[in-house]
Parts: sequence; structure tokens; C-alpha cells
Amino acid sequence: MTKEAIAAQHPRSPEALLALLHDLQLANAGHHLTEADLVLAAAHVGLPLSAVHDAATFYSMFSLRPRGRHIIRLCDSPNCHLAGAWSALDELRRLLGVDIGETTEDGAFTLELTSCLGACGVAPVMMVDDEVVGNLTPERVRETLVRYREGR
Amino acid sequence: MRRIQVLLCSGTACQSSGSEGVRRALLEALGLHNLLDEVQIVETGCMGPCELGPVLLVYPEGTFYVRVKPEDASEIVTEHFLKGRPVRRLLWTEGAPRPTEIPFFARQVKLVLGNCGTIDPEKVDEYIAAGGYEALGKAVTSLAPHEVIAAIRESGLRGRGGAGFPTGTKWELVRAAAGTPKYVVCNADEGDPGAFMDRAILEGDPHAIVEGMAIAAYAVGATHGYIYVRAEYPLAVQRIQTALGQARKLGLLGANIFETDFSFDVEVRIGAGAFVCGEETALIASIEGRRGEPRPRPPYPATSGLWGKPTLINNVETYANVRHILLRGPEAFAAVGTEKSKGTKVFALAGKIRNTGLVEVPMGITLRELVFDIGGGVPAGREFKAVQIGGPSGGCLPASLLDVPVDYDSLSQHGAIMGSGGVIILDDAACMVNMARFFLEFTADESCGKCVPCRVGTQMMLGILDRIVQGQGTEEDLTRLVEIGEMMKKASLCGLGQTAPNPVLSTLRYFADEYRAHIRDRSCPAGVCPNLVRYVVVADACRGCDACRRACPTGAAQGKAGKPPYRIVDDLCILCGACFDVCPFDAVKKEPR
Repeated sequence: MTKEAIAAQHPRSPEALLALLHDLQLANAGHHLTEADLVLAAAHVGLPLSAVHDAATFYSMFSLRPRGRHIIRLCDSPNCHLAGAWSALDELRRLLGVDIGETTEDGAFTLELTSCLGACGVAPVMMVDDEVVGNLTPERVRETLVRYREGR
Repeated sequence: MRRIQVLLCSGTACQSSGSEGVRRALLEALGLHNLLDEVQIVETGCMGPCELGPVLLVYPEGTFYVRVKPEDASEIVTEHFLKGRPVRRLLWTEGAPRPTEIPFFARQVKLVLGNCGTIDPEKVDEYIAAGGYEALGKAVTSLAPHEVIAAIRESGLRGRGGAGFPTGTKWELVRAAAGTPKYVVCNADEGDPGAFMDRAILEGDPHAIVEGMAIAAYAVGATHGYIYVRAEYPLAVQRIQTALGQARKLGLLGANIFETDFSFDVEVRIGAGAFVCGEETALIASIEGRRGEPRPRPPYPATSGLWGKPTLINNVETYANVRHILLRGPEAFAAVGTEKSKGTKVFALAGKIRNTGLVEVPMGITLRELVFDIGGGVPAGREFKAVQIGGPSGGCLPASLLDVPVDYDSLSQHGAIMGSGGVIILDDAACMVNMARFFLEFTADESCGKCVPCRVGTQMMLGILDRIVQGQGTEEDLTRLVEIGEMMKKASLCGLGQTAPNPVLSTLRYFADEYRAHIRDRSCPAGVCPNLVRYVVVADACRGCDACRRACPTGAAQGKAGKPPYRIVDDLCILCGACFDVCPFDAVKKEPR
């Protein structure tokens, strides 16, 4: 679908901005927003480019830099930390060879931290794309990465 | 004829522990034994005890199975469904197969969560069979808007998002406000670490929110509503969208609801990852397509909200209470709870506690009952130290306050808040200074940065706490923390900044000794703060394997292979913990300096 077609699914109103940015971002292989996307969004919803840029940089789920095919968001809220999120983070860093905010060389994964994912009952937790993976142990981190590398 | 129904929890937590695999395995086993016509599998919302997932409940008798794996499916089918013998090893507690016999469930009063885990959230018929949309029908066909508001006011319901503002009063303000159109908004931007009841309600009983919002819209005179949900909750978004579609199809949303003049519809708006958007004015800005920054109040959204129009904004759990008030009557609702906090509250138990998960209890229950009777207390080997209640901006209460009743006013009297109902239990291995630093780091990160008291205040407090946990604090730092904290409470623009100092102020109040130990003795009594611990080798446990010496980057771990014990030289040690991590015999221990 072209970017114009994506935009056409949203009303021409400022209240459509966040949903439109989500969709545009999802349409890019790099799960990010390009300058052209922001220009398109601004024109579509009728906001100045500066306001769209403002919003795109404010919310943590939007990125102006290209990211990997899969985005790993490890919860770093106090709860998950208490339950041992740090050992999961160490394992993620080790296996991926990247630090927080970076993308693996093969472009498969981007490692990010997030605030509470609302699954504290199975802490520590990470989200890979839309999947919640709880009760994280280094083994579970390894299994999950292998599963995603093999295309689920 | 179905003779058995299997309620399988498919909330986010149970999904993450593999409920989908269990469902497939059960179906396969049922097919193998030709039971597909006799046994029905119903996917439900959250049943509560998340850590024990995947969980399932078998009716008619109500056998509760925990930690079910796909490979257990065939035994459940052959033993239980065919021969009528429950699989004992999968019961939560031996000899107590039914939830009513398990203290975790028996002490709860499930009103808001009544449908969560008992109906299929994707089938509107099941919701209607459970009394769904009856309250809406009653409201629009037999009550005047002011009568609905009167019922809500008489019930004593207070906002469940945290601040506890009387819901009836808020509705009245929006009704009385000049300006059209009016809007009804559901705040489903729950982002409090440790709280997940809103997500569970959206996933497990989405129609209750739609119904609550529709009743509210009728009462205040609105025709359009928004549910603002976090993008991090894809399952909740999907289930609420499904519910909205079903309600429209049945004419429960849209034009002329129940063939009256009342028309109302709801749209979903998705957030994009900003904790501050849970604040009502920030949330409104975000729906309008702007960055989610709060603005000074007044004017309150009740008079000037979305697009400058009168807007009613309530939290998910608040809306979920509404239909029960109309169905059972305000008196019945008010009969539960304390004088000023009516009804029930959903809490999310997490941290160092045996039973984690969602529980619903009458207001006024004591912390002790919540933590020990329902939560099962701290797992063996450790002792209860404190409960952090109210999310990252809540307070830490010590063991001496365990008999405080849990209601809005008692909690705030003791320096904590109800917040959205996150309860984190800390055991004696937790360092309270470190913990306070942690919560503050969260709010400092999530501060939107618009107002100075919050933006600068959180950073200053964090700087001071950093020094203290590194053993470089001074006595004056404690006074400074209180000064800055009090200033932030008074001067911050929104609830985030006003409550951010709570974890620090409450731990200073109840755990001052720990702060002093860090400052005066340069020691961390719990042995947590990295700079204030030392690594030692337990002589008896050391086998002289040489692993620590090889791992140590500075030569601090010393010894000769095969000749235990090794030792760690404090002066050379940089506290990297490499020796601790590699020791195969747990012979390296951390101890307070």
C-alpha cells in the first residue's frame, strides 16, 4: 500500500495524527518515520510540520532512525527490576551484541527499554513486537531470540 | 449437550506462559476421544493468579488447575473428563480443587472483576447473559439523567484512577457545564509500574466499559466518546474494538439506543508510549494530536476539555463500577467499604509475594489481610519489609503499619496513595534507599519537562540519591530531599510531579535509619548498593576451582588452584561482581561494608 493510501484511511483531522504515525511507521521496513512521512502526515491532518515533528519526537514508540525487523522492549520498571530484569538485559546484550537503543548488524533486532508493560504478575517481562514474553530467564531470552530468528 | 465447560484464561499473562498451546493440545485430545461435542473450551480474561499461569477452571464442579502445560492435556481429558477424577498434581493446593476453598479467592469480593475469567470477552451474548446492558437499558428508558447522577452520587463511588474524586460530583459538573457537544473519555492509559487491572478489565470484560461510558454519556448529555488505550496493550485494543463492533451491531451504540432519543458512539485512540498521558489534560492533548503535555487546571476538563468542550474523563475501573450501581442500587454498593471509601478496589499484587496477580477486595481491608491472607505472604526464607502502594509515586509503608485499612484517606494520612492500585511487596533483601531512587528515576524519565518544579526537582533529588547510594551523601542531603520534595508537591503542574517525591519522602519517614547508614557508616544494610558492599569468599564453600581468579579483571581474587580457600583483596576490588557471577559453588558472597 502506498503511503498516500495509508493516509487516506485516516480522517483529515489532527486527532488522527498518532494513529497515522503508527501506521506510517509500521509500513517502513525500518519501523521508523522518515522526513517524507512527517510531511505527508502534516499535510493530511492539517497541522504544521513543526507540530508533527514535535509529537513524533515526544512519544517513545516513534523513532526517526531506522530500527530492526523486530523490536524488543524490555520493561525496566521497578517491578521487573526487582524480579531480575537486569540478568535478562545482560543476556540480551550478550546474544545480540548491541546495547540499549541499538540495532543488530543483520538488522533483525532493535533493543529498547520501556516503562511498565502491565504484566507484572509474570515479571520480568519483555515485548517482542506485539508478543509479551514473561517470566524471563536467560534461557527464555535465548529461546525467544531463536524463535524470532527462525521466523517464529 | 455440553456436559463440561473449560474456562481457559487467555489474558496477557497466561498467554505469555503458553495458554494458546494448552488450548490447542486440549482440542486435539478432545478430538481424539470424540469429546468435542461434550466439552466446550471458553477463552476468558484474567482470573487473577498470574504467576500460576496458564490456569484453567473446569465446570460444572469448578476444579481449578494451575501451571498447565500442553503435555498435561491428554491426562486432563482421559482422567478428569472421561473418568471424573481431577488431576491432583495440577491443583493449586492439594485437596482444595475449587476456587471457593482457596484463600486467595475466598477472601475476595468480585464486583468489577466478576465477569473477568468467567465469560468469553469476545462474545457479547455471554456478557448479556451475565446481566450486561441491563443497566444501560434501565438508565435510558426509565431514569432521567439527573436520577442516574443521583444514584452515582449516593453510591459514594470515587475515581479509581488514583485521586479519588467523587464520581457523581464530576458527572454533575459536566452535565451543568455550558457548551456543546460534550465528550466522554475513558482513561485507559494505565502505565503505573505494578498496576495492570485496567488492562485486565479491557481484555476480560470490555463491554462493561462500553456500557459504563454509555450510561455516563446519557447522564451528562454527551453523544461521542473516546477510549484512550496504550499502544503497548494490543490485546486490549483488539478486544475493545471487537466489543464496540458488536455493540453497534446490536444497536447498543449508535443512533436511538433502546429506541429512545439517546444516541452515542465511541472511538478508540491509541497512545504512543508516554506515562504522562495518564494525566487527564495530557491525555486530552494527545487525543487532539499534540504532544502529551499537561496544562494548568482550572479550567478542568469538566468545563473545558477535548477541543475546549465539556469533557467527562474517568478511569477504566471507575466505568466498570457504573453498571453495578444501577443494577444493585446505590445503597447496596455503599454497603461495601468504609465511610468515605465505598465499594471494592482492584489491586495488582507483585514483587516478593507468594500469590501475584489481580485481586478485588472491599475498601477498608487491612494491608495485612491483603498481603498475607490473600497474597500468601513473602515466600519462605525471607521476611516482609515494606509494601509500596500506589505505583511509582506511591509510598512505602513498613511492617508496623500493616493494620492500616486500605482506603483513600488512611493511605494518604500515612504518606502513601491509592494510586491506580499497584501493590509491590518488598522483602528484607531490598534496600529502601535504592528502591526510592529507582522509583524516582522512573518519574524523572517520564516527566514531560514542561514545568520547572518537576523537571528540575526530579533531577536534583535523583542526583542526591545517586550520591547517597554511592556512599557520598551528607546529613544535609536529607534536609534537601525533604525541601525539594515538599516544593514539588506544592508547585508542580500535574499529578506526576506532585506525587513523584512520595517514595522518597515516605522512605525517609519510615526507614530513616537506612539513609543514615548509607551516609554515616557508608554501608548498605541490605547489601544491595554496589559501592557499599564487599565481596568475600566463604572459606567452607570454596573448592579452589580458580574460576574467580580467572574472571577477576584486577587481580583482587587471589589463591592457588586446588588450594582453597581463595580470598578477595578489598583494596584491589572494583566491585564488578565477576567473581560472584562465575563461582559455581556460591562461595562468593556480598556483604555490607
